[in-house]
Amino acid sequence: MLRAKLKKTFQNHPDSPGFVLDLEFSASAGVTVLFGASGAGKTLVLDSIAGFVKPDEGRILLDDRILYDGATGVHLSPQKRYCGYVFQNYALFPHMTLRQNLEFAAERQPRLERYRHVAEMIEKFQLGESAGRRPHQVSGGQRQRCSIARALIGAPKVLLLDEPANGLDASLRADLYDALRQVRREFKTPIVLVTHDLSECFELGEEMLVIREGKIVQQGSPRQILASPGNLEVARLLGAFNLLEGEIRMLDPGRNLSRLQMGEFELEGPYFPGHLKGDRVTICVRPEQLRVHARLGRLGQNQIPADLLNVVERPHGLRLEFSGNIRVTISRAEYERQKDNREWVIEFPSEALRVV
Amino acid sequence: MAIDWFPLWLSLRVAVVSTALALGFGLWLAYVLANREFRGKDVLDAAVSLPLVLPPTVLGYYLLVLVGRASPLGRTWEAIFGSPLVFTGTAAVLAALLHSLPLLVKSTRAALESVDRNYERAARTMGASEWKLFWRVTLPLAWRSILAAVVLAFARALGDFGVTLMVAGNIPGRTQTVAVAIYDAVESGNGAVARVLVLVISAVALVILTVANRLSPKRV
Repeated sequence: MLRAKLKKTFQNHPDSPGFVLDLEFSASAGVTVLFGASGAGKTLVLDSIAGFVKPDEGRILLDDRILYDGATGVHLSPQKRYCGYVFQNYALFPHMTLRQNLEFAAERQPRLERYRHVAEMIEKFQLGESAGRRPHQVSGGQRQRCSIARALIGAPKVLLLDEPANGLDASLRADLYDALRQVRREFKTPIVLVTHDLSECFELGEEMLVIREGKIVQQGSPRQILASPGNLEVARLLGAFNLLEGEIRMLDPGRNLSRLQMGEFELEGPYFPGHLKGDRVTICVRPEQLRVHARLGRLGQNQIPADLLNVVERPHGLRLEFSGNIRVTISRAEYERQKDNREWVIEFPSEALRVV
Repeated sequence: MAIDWFPLWLSLRVAVVSTALALGFGLWLAYVLANREFRGKDVLDAAVSLPLVLPPTVLGYYLLVLVGRASPLGRTWEAIFGSPLVFTGTAAVLAALLHSLPLLVKSTRAALESVDRNYERAARTMGASEWKLFWRVTLPLAWRSILAAVVLAFARALGDFGVTLMVAGNIPGRTQTVAVAIYDAVESGNGAVARVLVLVISAVALVILTVANRLSPKRV
């Protein structure tokens, strides 16, 4: 169990604007993902936990040990923190073989156990055939597994990973996720992972913290967060929504109903707690939740007409770009059926609508 | 033409000893400058570089003040060893050391700093002490550049003239190094000796620089 409360202020510099890191979170067994754009302070959080960076105030607890406490001036060296760290470029020592890398990491254990542990790790992470080679002589997947094994071999109390999938191709990425799921299964170590990739949060994360400019702006399971982003910033960061300007015209908690004005059209949605009639809001709806039809006479409920501007091929279907900056994702078969539509209408399913 | 080869041997011996000393002391200084933060670090950094910009005569003068027969250090030396320090081979070593140390420290520091910080950070998270990670991670990764720096420092020690002349003098057969011997030969109109020594020392320097270039990590 890791509990961290951090505060660190960076002064304005001519070459970098001021920045304040101020957040509090805890991570127990399983994977906690720190999600945010680059420059949000995610890596700074990891570095503070590992002891490379000293916060100005706050407290970091790992199990029952105090790693850092601003009030009493405790600031343990990285050596004493028992944090496993997987670096973005893995940082495997290039002058040692994979086995020597593991042995180096195991050196604080008694000699007899050390070799058993190294052998175990080599077995567990399928490094047998490459253990005698240097990092630059083995495949990317082996490097990656070795760096995870090396971080785990000293029995750390938490495993920290700094954008481990950055710059990897799709198959290496899949290997990495498999390896990390294996770690989650076989080790009790809590995992804290930094990423700016939303799909990675879904692959691995039980808990997700959305970080923006040094602060946590939303927290929850990836699914919850995607289902109802807390505010416009989060919705933007997730990058998975149509964000459309609108105004709340009517709210009825009794019938779980609302009416939204969007441009000249009116949409019906669910009740939005915490909002008032007349609020200017941003309507969030995911491209795959929208439906398209050919226009036949009168517009139906929650339908608006739009012009198709562009069709973009995507791995899982097609993305249609409409006037009014609305994107809709549909399957290829669906598009084949409708591609001869003269005029288009977009249907907004009322239960899919969210406002922020 | 009989050429006295003593100056060449003396120069080589002086350069070897002073380079060995420079490596020990320089490695430590470079480590401190590369890794530690303390008050007055910039002053120390400037002081280390000073010999690169000051005229050799100024350096020689400082050395004379520091270890001359009237100085506390010089008197202590004389009390222990029974003879003065100045105008001996040992003084020539000191002169060469002062001349070559800055170059060694600067290049070694750059070599240490060029090692990716994440290797050191990784080693720290594994519980490696600063001492262990220096000897087993940083140094093995930087050794080629450091060796290149050592070779350059050796070449510089070999070529010192001004500082040596000030503190070791020009005593043939005792403190006369190659650089001083060439000056001496030209002064006394002994052009043939000067020519030979000039060619020999140039050849030695050329070999050394070639070695240094081959040692330096390849630029990509």
